[in-house]
Amino acid sequence: MSNISRDDVANLAKLARIDLSEDELAGLAKELSVILDAVARVQEVAGEDVPPTSHPLPLVNVFREDVVRPSLTTEEALSGAPEQEEQRFKVPQILGEE
Amino acid sequence: MINKSAVEMAESLSKGEITSVELTKAHLNQINEVDGQVHAFLHVDTQGALDQASQVDAKRSAGEKMPALAGVPLALKDVLVQKGIPTTCGSKMLEGWRPPYDSTVVRKLKENGIVILGKTNMDEFAMGSSTENSAYGPTKNPWDLTRIPGGSGGGSSASLASFQAPLAIGTDTGGSIRQPAAVTGTVGVKPTYGAVSRYGLVAFSSSLDQAGPCARTVLDAAYLHEAIAGHDPLDSTSINAQVPAVVAAAKDGNVKGMKIGVIKELQGDGYQAGVLKLFNESLEILASLGAEIVEVSCKYFDYALAAYYLIAPSECSSNLARFDAMRYGIRSGQGSAEEVMNSTRQIGFGREVKRRIILGTYALSSGYYDAYYGSAQKVRTLISRDFESAFKLADVLVSPTAPTTAFKIGEKSNDPIAMYLNDIATIPTNLAGIGGMSLPSGLAAEDGLPAGFQIMAPAMKDDLMYKVGAALEAELNTKWQGPILNSAPKLGAK
Repeated sequence: MSNISRDDVANLAKLARIDLSEDELAGLAKELSVILDAVARVQEVAGEDVPPTSHPLPLVNVFREDVVRPSLTTEEALSGAPEQEEQRFKVPQILGEE
Repeated sequence: MINKSAVEMAESLSKGEITSVELTKAHLNQINEVDGQVHAFLHVDTQGALDQASQVDAKRSAGEKMPALAGVPLALKDVLVQKGIPTTCGSKMLEGWRPPYDSTVVRKLKENGIVILGKTNMDEFAMGSSTENSAYGPTKNPWDLTRIPGGSGGGSSASLASFQAPLAIGTDTGGSIRQPAAVTGTVGVKPTYGAVSRYGLVAFSSSLDQAGPCARTVLDAAYLHEAIAGHDPLDSTSINAQVPAVVAAAKDGNVKGMKIGVIKELQGDGYQAGVLKLFNESLEILASLGAEIVEVSCKYFDYALAAYYLIAPSECSSNLARFDAMRYGIRSGQGSAEEVMNSTRQIGFGREVKRRIILGTYALSSGYYDAYYGSAQKVRTLISRDFESAFKLADVLVSPTAPTTAFKIGEKSNDPIAMYLNDIATIPTNLAGIGGMSLPSGLAAEDGLPAGFQIMAPAMKDDLMYKVGAALEAELNTKWQGPILNSAPKLGAK
């Protein structure tokens, strides 16, 4: 029986960079416990000898020629930005003010 | 004209019986008439569609050789970017965003002269089986407006079933093309993984996502499949090989001598009786056409749903990290970059998306990775092996597409596990990366609603699904005295 607490969800939300309300934290703790119980059965059949599959195609590295080709202009690349300044993305402060 | 198939429309266009502008206007009229009830579209690009149509008409009157579907309209799922046209993925996060480039699918549609009418509704970031998770309100099933049209591509399937478009594009991560097709009486195909470029497809679960054709007939789907498939250097997971001749296969439709494998694990408990009855009737038809029906067992399929609901959320928690309020999409809140990010993601994402991001974050977190994500990847190997063994006994495999017909809007929205069970028969193909098709098998006796017949083929043998699908469709249409959508209720009439 998986038992995910409100604080577990709060920690996951912090890692995932999502603020959650108290209602959401409580609701997700309950739902996650139920979902994890349902999906934990993958452990029953995953033996040591079974290799994992991360991808359906047997691809390793795919290379292409390093040639110049048309790409977005600065204006186009910035066209969806919430804020911009001097042809750059404008973002809130990243480091603390010490 | 709007009730015709895309191929019939294309014939009328090439004979000069109708222009693309006229055909496009007829569909725009139908959208005006019925989409208030159905809510299939999030954005209708009236001017853009008419401009595209008149360009096709001009080229045709100048005597240029036109691609097969040139001038035929299409509805595009709102998860594929189209330059300058709002793309939301059914999320508040991208409200108002206009992409600066075309996805490869859109580029190919345009090159083929296919007229893009607008963007269709979907579960937010393609996470869901009912289109109820759209931030812009649910789409209704044209067969019964109180019911779901499937998901995540419910807008695309509903647009076809209500004759707002003869063709649509969907994307399928765990069944989002096929289950909507099943519950709306339409045709949907998830090609082999890598057959259609993912460039410009907003990623949900990159190792599972695949775009594909949605239509009202198998042959229409085949033409659209050939228009959008093919190698693309912009997608490193795109297969560099010849696209199987799916149009020829759909025209051939001969199943004599083919071995058709019925998957034992994809029937029985949890499947609606009327859905199973229709499935068995379809099998009898295929047998009467000379196919050999064999039973196969895929014993690890019982674990597919569990593996999927670890792998897809894990990949989604990583993919959706890109929505950081810095480069595109909405921005909300005050303070540091991290605070703005946290608060934007709080209001930008809906309930199911948050649920999956948190679940994926858990499954990938240190200490739980091996037990959850690692074990799920091993199950994925076991499921691929099940398919390999089954394809030694049969050319294609079949099952009902979804366990039930369309359920009521709201019926399962508070029970994630019940909702996830909709995908039980469609998920194994995504995990193995092979192709799957759904076509109508009839109307279930209990509720008079459409059910789907699923056909699965080995990787890069998508043509086999079209062959079997076309054979079955022809017989069923004879039995029903026309396409099943002729029995759908008329919308718009007050």
